[in-house]
Amino acid sequence: MSDHEYVPKSKFGKWFNDRLPLLSLASHLTDYPTPKNLNYWWTFGGILTFCLITQIVTGLTLAMHYIAHADLAFESVEHIMRDVNYGWLIRYIHANGASMFFLAVYIHIFRSLFYGSYKSPREIIWIIGIMIYLLMMAAAFMGYVLPWGQMSFWGATVITNLFSAIPLVGVGIVEWLWGGYSVDNPTLTRFFTLHYLIPFLILGLVVLHIWALHVPGNNNPIGIDVKKPSKDTVPFHPYIVIKDAFALLMFMIVFAFFVFYSPNILGHADNYIEANPMVTPAHIVPEWYLLPFYAILRSVPDKLMGVVAMLSAILILAALPWLDTSKIRSAVFRPLYKQFYWILVVDVLILGYVGAMPAEGLYLLVARVATAYYFIHFLIILPILGFKEKTIPLPLTITEPVLGGFPDPIAVKKNESLN
Amino acid sequence: MKNIFQIIYITILLLVGTYQVNAEEKIDLLKVDWSFKGLFGKFDRSSLQRGYQVYSEVCSGCHSMKYLSYRNLSEKGGPEFSVAEATAIAANYEVTDGPNSDGEMFLRPAKPSDKFVKPYDNIKAAQAANGGAYPPDMSVLIKARSGGANYIYSVLLGYEDPPIGVTIDDGVYYNKYMYGNNIKMSKPLIEDAVEYSDGTKATEEQMAKDVTTFLMWAAEPHLEARHKMGFKAILYLIILTILVYFSMKKIWSRVESEV
Repeated sequence: MSDHEYVPKSKFGKWFNDRLPLLSLASHLTDYPTPKNLNYWWTFGGILTFCLITQIVTGLTLAMHYIAHADLAFESVEHIMRDVNYGWLIRYIHANGASMFFLAVYIHIFRSLFYGSYKSPREIIWIIGIMIYLLMMAAAFMGYVLPWGQMSFWGATVITNLFSAIPLVGVGIVEWLWGGYSVDNPTLTRFFTLHYLIPFLILGLVVLHIWALHVPGNNNPIGIDVKKPSKDTVPFHPYIVIKDAFALLMFMIVFAFFVFYSPNILGHADNYIEANPMVTPAHIVPEWYLLPFYAILRSVPDKLMGVVAMLSAILILAALPWLDTSKIRSAVFRPLYKQFYWILVVDVLILGYVGAMPAEGLYLLVARVATAYYFIHFLIILPILGFKEKTIPLPLTITEPVLGGFPDPIAVKKNESLN
Repeated sequence: MKNIFQIIYITILLLVGTYQVNAEEKIDLLKVDWSFKGLFGKFDRSSLQRGYQVYSEVCSGCHSMKYLSYRNLSEKGGPEFSVAEATAIAANYEVTDGPNSDGEMFLRPAKPSDKFVKPYDNIKAAQAANGGAYPPDMSVLIKARSGGANYIYSVLLGYEDPPIGVTIDDGVYYNKYMYGNNIKMSKPLIEDAVEYSDGTKATEEQMAKDVTTFLMWAAEPHLEARHKMGFKAILYLIILTILVYFSMKKIWSRVESEV
């Protein structure tokens, strides 16, 4: 929070602000002191806000033309693609926007893991973030069902069937989710309703996420507390705004390449075949961003335990602030953690890869090893590392490393020993 | 800065790579240098018109194209027949309309606003006439097969005798490129099956290429508009990015000098 109290200059402004302090809020947002050493990995928060707004705006427009009915949904999507003015553009932005959203959120999450942004005093920001991520997955999954293609239908069947693994009440729950005895029209209409609702829940959580962020302020690549406002901080506007804008524009160029030149490359060809309950596709694969969790699900032989493992893989992240026992935030000063961090990144990429492959032979073996490692990283390596690791001494302020660009741990160490 | 580019690049490669491996194309498809590929990709207008001829004379006996209307044939970015030509094409077909003031359904010639007339009334009728196999609707067929245009082109030209030791049921044909190698459609394109009015020789390859181009347009009728807009949008973004980059440098120079 800014330390100074904002007083509007005009009489009306003061009158209004006393009753609804919108101007104070705007002033807080523009003056918000931000560590000046934030690198480009910190621009993904702004990029994600852009993604959410893009999805909501294109989604609203699509909803004006889409018909949530098992017999008409596929046709209405083709109607959007062919006859609605720029319907193809809106739909391709929305479909690829989901992928871009997840690309950005994964970078955002892994940035947080690298720089320890989830640690005290930012645990609540992190947990709200995990909730947003869970809702994003739900929204994306239900959105993929709406065109009512083959992958929509069979993806919905596979995922909803996961609930049948719950003992005793499982089958009842699945039928309740379906609104019938199989994925059918009632499933489609409720998925559409929820797909429309969830983005607004996400929007609400994003407000809380940013609110919680503005209490302690941003973490930074050095990971030390920054006095605010001070020589180490810059006001959010114009410094961070212009930097976020630059990064966002580069992101939009990548986004535009997908939308205009390979709009279907991230989707599955089978989803251009209308849903047919009588024909099962050869491979039922989720969208790329869910593949690591799909791999974890399939690597466990027992269905119930597979579902438990998959859910735990996500929920374990919420416990991360307490599983990571190290007081040092940034991996820059944690030589061992840094290595384990990159192993985790590779591990997740491997999980994503085997998630797209048939669950058999070598793929299954690799999936099992990678799944085991994923949990070992969070449950064993991180807690122990906090006690055992010899970390590099932290600098006193961020000003020093900023001069030389990215901090050079050896130089920092030397300085520290000189002191 | 460099890192961010690298990571974005690597991520994209990984995503695309995973999907390409995932497509499991074990045999190399026949590759054509399609005119509609690339940044400025456009349809070859005469190929689209010939492709429509192949569709209407060869394919449309069994395959519907239910999402297309006759008016599409005269729209920009498509085969671009004249409105008179599209109207004449439509008039060759009959559609059921009604009920009239007597409550009766009646037949009338199709208008440009009508959808392509289907060869069969329903899926059951189509299956009954085709040995149990349903000839898929071709409106979005290109997008519904991994491998896209190259795959369709390859299947059209992939008919051959089964390898020694492979037996094939009656009413099933061997196709080198079809998934599972068994196809219930008999070889559709035979040299000179159509007579092109522009004098192009109707070889199998030519017909396959033309009809595939036509199907690509049918699946992506706004492809040309998309490519054109994409070029402008990306150019605009690049210029804006450069401007914002220099603004950013200017603004941040205040801070760096202060330190």
